[in-house]
Amino acid sequence: MVMARRLASTREAYGKTLVELGHENPDIVVLDADLSKSTRTNLFAARFPQRFFDCGVAEQNMVGISAGLAASGKIVFASSFAVFATARCFDQLRVSVAQPRLNVKIVATHGGVTVGEDGFSHHAIEDLALACSLPGFAVVVPADAVETAEVIRAASVTPGPFYIRLSRPDTPVVCEDGYCFSLGKAASMRQGSDATIIANGLMVAEALDAAESLAGQGIECRVLNMSTLKPLDEEAIVLAARETGAIVTAEEHLRQGGLGSGVAQVVVQHDPVPMSFVALTDTYTHSGKPQELLRQHGLTADGIQSAIKSVLSRKG
Amino acid sequence: MVGGTELVKEAHAGSSGNLSASAVLSSAEALPSMAPQDTEIEDLQRMAKNLRRHVITMIAEAGSGHPGGSLSAVEIVTALFFRVLRHRPLEPGWPGRDRFILSKGHAAPLLYAALAECGYFDVAELTSLRKLGSPLQGHTDRTRTPGVEMSSGSLGQGLSFGIGTALAARLDSQSYRVYVLLGDGECDEGQVWEAAMAAPHFGLDNLVAIIDHNKQQIDGWNSEVMNTEPLAEKWRAFGWEVLEVDGHDIGQILAAFNHAEGVKGRPTAIIAHTIKGKGVSFMENNPDFHGMAPTREQAAKALEELA
Ligand SMILES: Cc1ncc(C[n+]2csc(CCOP(=O)(O)OP(=O)(O)O)c2C)c(N)n1
Ligand SMILES: [Mg+2]
Repeated sequence: MVMARRLASTREAYGKTLVELGHENPDIVVLDADLSKSTRTNLFAARFPQRFFDCGVAEQNMVGISAGLAASGKIVFASSFAVFATARCFDQLRVSVAQPRLNVKIVATHGGVTVGEDGFSHHAIEDLALACSLPGFAVVVPADAVETAEVIRAASVTPGPFYIRLSRPDTPVVCEDGYCFSLGKAASMRQGSDATIIANGLMVAEALDAAESLAGQGIECRVLNMSTLKPLDEEAIVLAARETGAIVTAEEHLRQGGLGSGVAQVVVQHDPVPMSFVALTDTYTHSGKPQELLRQHGLTADGIQSAIKSVLSRKG
Repeated sequence: MVGGTELVKEAHAGSSGNLSASAVLSSAEALPSMAPQDTEIEDLQRMAKNLRRHVITMIAEAGSGHPGGSLSAVEIVTALFFRVLRHRPLEPGWPGRDRFILSKGHAAPLLYAALAECGYFDVAELTSLRKLGSPLQGHTDRTRTPGVEMSSGSLGQGLSFGIGTALAARLDSQSYRVYVLLGDGECDEGQVWEAAMAAPHFGLDNLVAIIDHNKQQIDGWNSEVMNTEPLAEKWRAFGWEVLEVDGHDIGQILAAFNHAEGVKGRPTAIIAHTIKGKGVSFMENNPDFHGMAPTREQAAKALEELA
């Protein structure tokens, strides 16, 4: 039986955490590019207008201004939608932020296809590949609103550039209150020895649902919340490969350059085991309701179950 | 003490710049009385020549680099580093320093020469330019070179960085000023105009953009590659205080910086009319020397001209 979970907004958690941080640390500054109502940086703007800068619809400029502020000692949070915060200003992220390792936290909302009806131009499906390719960037996809608050706090006290990807819709809460995020450490969500599902973002909830159904069929899956894509928790991956002998990854992103390829690199280097990837395959997407789109692309508990059965059939 | 306006007038009369006198005079109207003595100008001119020699020697030794856009900006950089900037070469991270941001990062040799002459590092280091392991990268790298504020080389990004730096000054109640040097070809980049729109919006009167208007970019004259004119009107329309100067006339340049310090509530753009390759006859207005090193013979001839 799959249980119903409480839904909560990762964006709202971000905005609220920013306000808390703003009270605690006068060096926190926040920028946005005409999307502050959507990214919820408007909560910070209302409280700390002198430390909030709306750059208008100009993401490249926003990233450059962020770099200048960070080079002058500020802890900078800059937000837009995930498509615009990466692809639109990739060279600016590369030259102005990543290479000099400046203290800029790009917090992008509207990640993945669950943006829904707005269609392909707004579906960020390459953003994690882009962000992960930048040397020195930490890349995090929180599983839910609880983890989001933790991740934002951690980023504020960890020097260097971050890319943090949040969702548009309210998403199922999978982390317990009091959950403690540790950068670069996977969180074990369920024990199991037949196979491991490694997921992040809203796919963690799907992974847990899949594991629950599979348990009913006598298949016990380990579930890891791999919220940190970079630096990747190699130890947890190697243990999963050794102890469960089969791995499925699940992400709301293209198959290339995200969680699946990152995990696969670790697995082939250390302990090759059968793997399967639940992800988008080399395609752009269409308008639709978030749940419809997830289903259309197999980004569901059912999709994960099929993938598990596939890896188990190949397991030695 | 020579009055600022007079200085500009005199200096202009003696210059070979392609600028109308009225533009200079109208822009220099409100100059404060402070103006450098002629002897100081002469010292600065000597330093300018010195920096030109460094640029030629460095690029020739490296076998690659960008002489044209380095030479056109020599007087601007000389005026800033040896007269205008409040900085501490032995304490490059001093929080109160004025910031110089080289947005047209290919003019790195010029910046390195100025930094070395100021004492940020040894002049002998200059010939390591572009060599493996050198702190002097082909384009600027803020993680490797003391005094370099920004990693650049991808055009169009410096003014945005400058805005961030100028905003930080305001948040921290610091009085430092921010100077950003851009190319005119660089002004083709959309990000420049995003920044041009933002700086007046934020009311940044501690920010000065200097456009090295040498009328050329890689593929030829701006007017043929991508027309930037009317450049001054564009900046003015975006809300900047705009001054036009002969960018090889140190007196005019200093007067413009002086004027900018008195402007309140908005940033200043200084359009510096310059000649690409200035100071070396066969490089002047020659787009071939945008990004080509002189041969050994050419370098010798250039150094002769700069003796
Ligand atoms: C984003 C970007 N595109 C292209 C280049 C290659 N490039 C280097 S210099 C240059 C021309 C620049 O012209 P301008 O700004 O007028 O420089 P200057 O004449 O002062 O040398 C170009 C296209 C670059 N460095 N960055
Ligand atoms: Mg030019």
